[in-house]
Amino acid sequence: MSNVQPLKNRKTQAGDTVLSVTDLHVTFPSEAGQVRAVRGLSFDLAAGETLAIVGESGSGKSVTSLAVMGLHPPTTKITGSIKLHGEELLGRSDEEMSKIRGRDLAMVFQDPLSALTPVYTVGDQIVEAIQAHYEISKAKAWQRAIELLDLVGIPNPQTRVKSFPFEFSGGMRQRVMIAMAIANDPDVIIADEPTTALDVTIQAQVLEVLKTAQKETGAAIIMITHDLGIVAGMSERVVVMYAGRPVETGTVDDIFYTPRMPYTVGLLGTVPRLDQASDGALPVLEGNPPSVVDLPPGCPFAPRCPAVIDRCLTAEPELVTTTSVDHQAACYRLDELAGISHAELFPAPELSASDLAEVPREQRPVVLELKGLERHYPLMKGAIYRHQIGTVHAVDGIDLDIREGETLGLVGESGCGKTTTLMEILNLAKPTGGAIEVLGQNTATLNRRERKALRRNLQVVFQDPMASLDPRMPIFDIIAEPMGVHGYSKDEIEKRVRELLQLVGLEPAHSDRYPQHFSGGQRQRIGIARALSLEPKVMVLDEPVSALDVSIQAGVINLLDDLQRKLGLSYLFVAHDLAVIRHIADRVAVMYLGSIVEIGDVDAVYENPRHPYTQALLSAIPIPDPQTERSRNRIMLSGDLPSPSDPPSGCKFRTRCFLHQTLSEPEKARCIGELPQLVAKGSDHRVACHFSDRASQ
Amino acid sequence: MLRYIGKRLLNYVILLYVAVSLTYLLAATQLNPRALWAVRQPPVDPVIVESQLRQYNLSENVPLFERYWTWLTGVLHGDWGYSPVGLNVAEQVSTRMWVSLRLLLIGTLAGIIMGVAVGAWTATRQYKVSDRVITALSLLVISTPAFVVGHVTQILAIMFNNATGTRFFEFIGETGDVGNYPFADLVDRAQHLLLPTLVLILLEVASMSRIQRNLMLDSLGADYVRTARAKGLPQHKAVMKHALRTALIPTGTYVAFAVATMFVGATFTERIFNFPGLGQYGVDAITNRDVNGIVAVTAFSGVCVLVGAILSDIMVAILDPRVRLQ
Repeated sequence: MSNVQPLKNRKTQAGDTVLSVTDLHVTFPSEAGQVRAVRGLSFDLAAGETLAIVGESGSGKSVTSLAVMGLHPPTTKITGSIKLHGEELLGRSDEEMSKIRGRDLAMVFQDPLSALTPVYTVGDQIVEAIQAHYEISKAKAWQRAIELLDLVGIPNPQTRVKSFPFEFSGGMRQRVMIAMAIANDPDVIIADEPTTALDVTIQAQVLEVLKTAQKETGAAIIMITHDLGIVAGMSERVVVMYAGRPVETGTVDDIFYTPRMPYTVGLLGTVPRLDQASDGALPVLEGNPPSVVDLPPGCPFAPRCPAVIDRCLTAEPELVTTTSVDHQAACYRLDELAGISHAELFPAPELSASDLAEVPREQRPVVLELKGLERHYPLMKGAIYRHQIGTVHAVDGIDLDIREGETLGLVGESGCGKTTTLMEILNLAKPTGGAIEVLGQNTATLNRRERKALRRNLQVVFQDPMASLDPRMPIFDIIAEPMGVHGYSKDEIEKRVRELLQLVGLEPAHSDRYPQHFSGGQRQRIGIARALSLEPKVMVLDEPVSALDVSIQAGVINLLDDLQRKLGLSYLFVAHDLAVIRHIADRVAVMYLGSIVEIGDVDAVYENPRHPYTQALLSAIPIPDPQTERSRNRIMLSGDLPSPSDPPSGCKFRTRCFLHQTLSEPEKARCIGELPQLVAKGSDHRVACHFSDRASQ
Repeated sequence: MLRYIGKRLLNYVILLYVAVSLTYLLAATQLNPRALWAVRQPPVDPVIVESQLRQYNLSENVPLFERYWTWLTGVLHGDWGYSPVGLNVAEQVSTRMWVSLRLLLIGTLAGIIMGVAVGAWTATRQYKVSDRVITALSLLVISTPAFVVGHVTQILAIMFNNATGTRFFEFIGETGDVGNYPFADLVDRAQHLLLPTLVLILLEVASMSRIQRNLMLDSLGADYVRTARAKGLPQHKAVMKHALRTALIPTGTYVAFAVATMFVGATFTERIFNFPGLGQYGVDAITNRDVNGIVAVTAFSGVCVLVGAILSDIMVAILDPRVRLQ
């Protein structure tokens, strides 16, 4: 794949320790007090290996990466030891660290959209990285930049090297970041959530590029992530962090198959699985991660731990070696808890019974129906003389229906039209094409009064629980607002807010508090209570759990599940996380570029995906199971989503389709010329692909 | 790009025409040049006054539209008319704009450059003593009216001259007593320019540094500066090459406007230091009921502002590839 020559000889041979962190403490001041972000982290990183640091937000994983790079703010206090090739890095001046950064230690950041300087070409930026460390001619450095871009899979590197960052998509920019990181053959690459901002198919590409880069350069990788699937697929060893503390370390198999620390056990169990059908509730880690300002004595996980004993509350346990040599965990009950299954430790809560469970789908009334829904936006240009230069086909003719008491999951990558579909439904107006029927009423024919009445039955929960609640309103007012608009009496509102808070698992006495006093998961519960206040029949959920930490997610998903059973609600659930959809949805619709390419019963679609795009999407998602990950054969999609203003003719997916490439010329012509329609492939399973029979083989 | 600029230009010409015509109508109806003669002792014969006013197209006895038409056809032939006392307006503007430029050129450019430097530097030292001191000083200057700053510096200059017994600081007009030595003329001009330039620099640095500090703070916290540091660039290099370069894009628009409007002058500074520039001319035109003069100054200022707008578009296109290439 490449002919990139190494720039230097390695100081450390394969298998030896290249980076050694011992008893690292990082503290920085904040308005609330001293933030003890990292407390006693130690690990050794062998040359060429991949170590994952997992944890939720606030666990100290990103702070660790900045401390190793020496890029922490100057007010930060760091103690302990960080040794690279046996030489201490802590206490070095910034000039000395600058010589090491980018040469021996490199970093890939989370958000590729903002990580590149907008005013320089990507070539300039890679060349700068090389010339910062080596006396090398400009021409040679540019040649190397082109080779590096080729290595990370950027097409036409000779011309693309002169492009500016804004001319690249997010995934392509992250490839550029990786090219820059490996430009000087670093010994260690720190990747801080490198794919969190990317879509799953792009994530799969970028992780593959990271693996290639590692193979080519022999660098060790520290992979910082919250995604247990990525850990299972990428890493050899794992450090689990909680409240700034390493609570368990070991090989990836130790951590996933014989976890000892209850936090690790709980974390692994609460994640919905893409590869397992599930009907019941998810096991829940109760409570929230603690604030690392003013930690109480004892194990920081103790307040959430089902196996807590008195000793846990008095002193913090140290990491202790378990039965396996490399495997350490910080728990007093290490030996007692050996072999405990996560169902014993974290039993899944009972869900309410549903009145509708016995009613077959066909006999339930349709509550929401889309018939050939279209949303086209004109693409305008010109400041003085505005004229239309094209059309954005955001939603391009989709059909679906939701029946009472069921959940339809709508999945797809960003830009596929999921959110536009939701907004069109919520608009309750005449769409640019097709029809929307809510509870049997066509939205195009409604007058103002009817529309307001119908709105009661159609409510929404938004993605970002921080942004969707007015920070200057107490939560009582937030929840009461819709009822005020619809003319509820004061007493009714008072009573109902109390009921609603109880219903979503919050303390009614806290109704005079402001959103800032609640955690992310609690805020999302407030958003749900607000949506429920008018007793709607249909709820539209726009990525309701994607902004939440893993351990918080499960509780909100269970709540939604329980509410549906109790109240007979119907959900349209939009998400990019396919594992969440598998858990919560009854049916799923997969969207690509404004069209539905596959729709049907969730188990049928996940177990037997018939459309090549669905197959690629499912295959791109990392599964939190190291053995499964090792044996998986990923379908890699090439390229990015085409622009919805200029969609390909015929089948929109054909430009990225792996099946299309294997077809004969006349068959290809059919993909190019004819738009495939949804065709039934089972009792509740329809696919829009001319050759879906071949795709499933 | 050329087509884009062409379209903008056409738009500007229409805008300018409307603005200038409105100014003419306003000035011609509200100002009464005849009053200039009413206070003369001994009184001037009304017939002579009327004939002089008619000669300069200023008599309110001529219908307004007719006067407007005479003025407009004159302007289209390059004749901007005369003041009530018979000075050629176009000549006045064309000599005075260079006076304004001579006064402002050094002060504005040096002020902008120093302001950018001070702003960028204080941003890197946010909340340290030096940042707080400079912030306090610039707020003090910004909140002091320009004429106060001008007079205070003049008083200080007089004190300096008296204390040293020299005439190092000269601050009345553009030139004064020219000595008898090589380049004496230049030295004299420089001496006269020194004090107003200092005042202009002070005012410009104070406001520019505030703007640049905020822009710089935004870009200093940007992810790409961290990326540059992670590549191994030392702090100062990452700041200069990545943070400052990006923070200069909005500054470019400001500089373009400042350069284009230099010809229009700085009214207070010109008055205080008695520079016969365009700013002073504009004020004098109003007090002297000089209808044609006011309209000419307005039109010229309008042209300068619009040229500034075009320049700033071009500046942004040069500085920002996202604008240039999309």
